[in-house]
Amino acid sequence: MIETKNILETINMIENEHLDVRTVTMGISLLDCIDSDIDKACDKVYDKICRYAKDLVKTAEDISKEYGIPIINKRIAVTPIAMLASVCQTQKITKFAKVLDKAAEELGVDFIGGYSALVEKGFASGDYALIESIPEALSITNKVCSSVNIGSTKAGINMDAVKMMGKIVKESAELTKDRQCIGAAKLVVFCNAVQDNPFMAGAFHGVGEADCVINVGVSGPGVVRAALAKAQDCDITGVADLVKKTAFKITRMGQLVAQEASKRLSVPFGIVDLSLAPTPAVGDSVAYILEEMGLEVCGCHGTTAALALLNDAVKKGGVMASSHVGGLSGAFIPVSEDAGMIHAAQIGALDITKLEAMTAVCSVGLDMIMVPGDITPEVISAIIADEAAIGMVNTKTTAVRIIPAIGMKAGEELNFGGLLGYGPVMPIRYGDPTKFIHRGGRIPAPLQALKN
Amino acid sequence: MKAVITVIGKDTVGILAKVSSACAEEGVNIIEVTQSIMQELFAMIMLADIKDANVTVDDLSKKLDKVGDEMGVKVHVMHEDIFNSMHKI
Repeated sequence: MIETKNILETINMIENEHLDVRTVTMGISLLDCIDSDIDKACDKVYDKICRYAKDLVKTAEDISKEYGIPIINKRIAVTPIAMLASVCQTQKITKFAKVLDKAAEELGVDFIGGYSALVEKGFASGDYALIESIPEALSITNKVCSSVNIGSTKAGINMDAVKMMGKIVKESAELTKDRQCIGAAKLVVFCNAVQDNPFMAGAFHGVGEADCVINVGVSGPGVVRAALAKAQDCDITGVADLVKKTAFKITRMGQLVAQEASKRLSVPFGIVDLSLAPTPAVGDSVAYILEEMGLEVCGCHGTTAALALLNDAVKKGGVMASSHVGGLSGAFIPVSEDAGMIHAAQIGALDITKLEAMTAVCSVGLDMIMVPGDITPEVISAIIADEAAIGMVNTKTTAVRIIPAIGMKAGEELNFGGLLGYGPVMPIRYGDPTKFIHRGGRIPAPLQALKN
Repeated sequence: MKAVITVIGKDTVGILAKVSSACAEEGVNIIEVTQSIMQELFAMIMLADIKDANVTVDDLSKKLDKVGDEMGVKVHVMHEDIFNSMHKI
């Protein structure tokens, strides 16, 4: 029989340390739904999603009950809609957003991602219209998430798209200003976007993927923190070792759920994303892990090093636990979704420049950061460009999900409620990058791209 | 399938009897039982075969939850595979 202490450890992780499977995400290809008539295309999209995902929610709930593991979110990711929009002879692209939202409602999933375009090297037919439609699409839907990839290590950074996205982010916030600017919280601007990410808002189903796959995202910042809390005396090597061992256990649970879901739904298993994804619940915070390592507050000097250690150890521990690791896999640092980061931002220990440095070593980027409502589109574009440059040069995924808090100034608080959390509006840096942004063009791919 | 039933809480008279009779009512066959005191808490772990059980795992879990509530202890019913995959390579 299994050892008593192991059983009690697992139960304690679930009961007291917020261990959960954060998401079971079904990726569905919509390439066979392409039609020049947008209404026909929408019908095909709705039928296919509802047919493939009809048992997704029930299956995930069954597994959750049977195994005794909480599964928090059930989601769907689809082929970037820009590819479907490219053949439609209409500008009313938002019909796709409505149909995705309707399918998500019908199926009872939490979010549906893939209202997306990949424009790292340039705009193909459909990309431009789709990006232009994002603010409206996000304002008239509840569950649709959008992402745009504007750069990659291989392609460089498309500065025309960067310029455009500054405007789109601002408009997305403005159109939803009566709803805490929620539109901007459902929009991610990527560099080096991954094709099998199960986490929102940046999930989409890449074109190199199978027709349908199951990807699972595990979480568990609370478990890692609790493990570190019990090891006050060990040196940094010991800390890294402990994080690795904990990540291994967490990921094994994700792998089990992924395999079971894949078997029950008769859909191939894609990947396990072993990310530490925080929630605003106390005890489920990445910042607290860093503080447990010995920092007074997340954001103080030493934070970047601690985060680098954490991010790397999570990957190393998880990679042996799953047959296929993918997605973003690492530590997320979404400010409004992390109780420790919210606190650090409130007392002024954590600002946007420190966060930018942290994104060079975490698994994603500037995530869920509230900025003053009077920020100009050009400054947003410049933030995106900075972040994309970090991703491009370091051959890693970076993303920007910032929320211009319309009508608010630095220091005021924006509250989304639920898993999106709350937090203070952060001041931005002084100076105007308008001329740089308006130049347009492309930042050439760095030498790192020339590996062949 | 096999389930791991854990009972954690303050030690009282009759915990084993009540949980096992609730299991027997539903056709759940208990294979192994261990008891220990961990950090002043009573912990009982049962490995149970539920392939011939006349209820689903979910219903069994709810039933045992109720039994646990009456005695002031916390009962969990979880699939054995969780522990095997987490703690064995």
